[in-house]
Amino acid sequence: MKQSDFIRGAADGIPIFLGYLSVSFGFGIMAVSSGLSVFEAFMISLTNLTSAGQAQGVSIIAAGGSLVEMAVVQLIINIRYALMGLSLSQKLDEKFTLPHRLLAAYGITDEIFALCSTKEKTLKPAYMYGVILISTIGWVTGTFLGGAAGTLLPANVTSALGIVLYGMFIAIIVPPTRKQKNILIVVGLAALFSVLLKYLLPMISGGFAVIIAAIAAAGCGAFLFPKEGDE
Amino acid sequence: MSIAIYIAVMAGVTYLIRVLPFGFFRKKITSKWIKSFLYYVPYAVLSAMTVPAIFYSTGNIYTAIAGTGTALVLAYFNLPLIVVSLAAALAAFLAGFFI
Repeated sequence: MKQSDFIRGAADGIPIFLGYLSVSFGFGIMAVSSGLSVFEAFMISLTNLTSAGQAQGVSIIAAGGSLVEMAVVQLIINIRYALMGLSLSQKLDEKFTLPHRLLAAYGITDEIFALCSTKEKTLKPAYMYGVILISTIGWVTGTFLGGAAGTLLPANVTSALGIVLYGMFIAIIVPPTRKQKNILIVVGLAALFSVLLKYLLPMISGGFAVIIAAIAAAGCGAFLFPKEGDE
Repeated sequence: MSIAIYIAVMAGVTYLIRVLPFGFFRKKITSKWIKSFLYYVPYAVLSAMTVPAIFYSTGNIYTAIAGTGTALVLAYFNLPLIVVSLAAALAAFLAGFFI
């Protein structure tokens, strides 16, 4: 039986759903304790769908910062999505017409990008919508629950859920590294650079450190192991 | 200042960043170096996001190591994403009782 692309995307997105549910739960708590209403926190999650940018945005709102500051901070924290969008643009199926692109762009996040760019050979709109829909439901539901119900879940459950997204990342990374040594080396370099940045240059914020480490590692990979042909 | 305006600016900037290359970049990149670079980007991003953050993800380094080890073993045997990620959380949860 052939599953539809949409259902397949939604099923692949379940770990993102669970991870987002727990991460955004924390965001909801944080937003409400910063003085926002549950509805405002919910709207931020629905319209932004990003973690670091939202957390920083809420602290700017709470501090009464300027709109220019807000715009610049969002630009800097989220600029990685431009790189991810460029990468995804290279593997879009021909069904991905402009309206689909304009709509699906909403859902480019670290996790959705990771799934869409590694699970599929060419990316179809239906698959990406499946991933985006289930992920967004997790993100806004968690925000609402965190904002409204705060600390009802036992702490050992919420803390264990903190690893869900990383578990999914490992499940994506490890299988291709078994088959391709070049990917193994890129993955190893990225981890090494990320650790070095975190402990040697702690003044660089987390989001930046990740993107610097990733660009450096992917650059080394492209230099050491350029890919032949189209695939 | 109205919170709605802050939210509109946040959402607008974030959407523009996402849509500009993804929505309008239509050329197939031909440079071999850039193609290779973009091919490696997702693996590099995932790895840099995971290490070392995974070891802080549960609030306790030992439960995080239990979860990470479980995930690595199950991922090595190519189990589905959902199995690997939930088993990692379960391992971290159970390890919490021994700390």
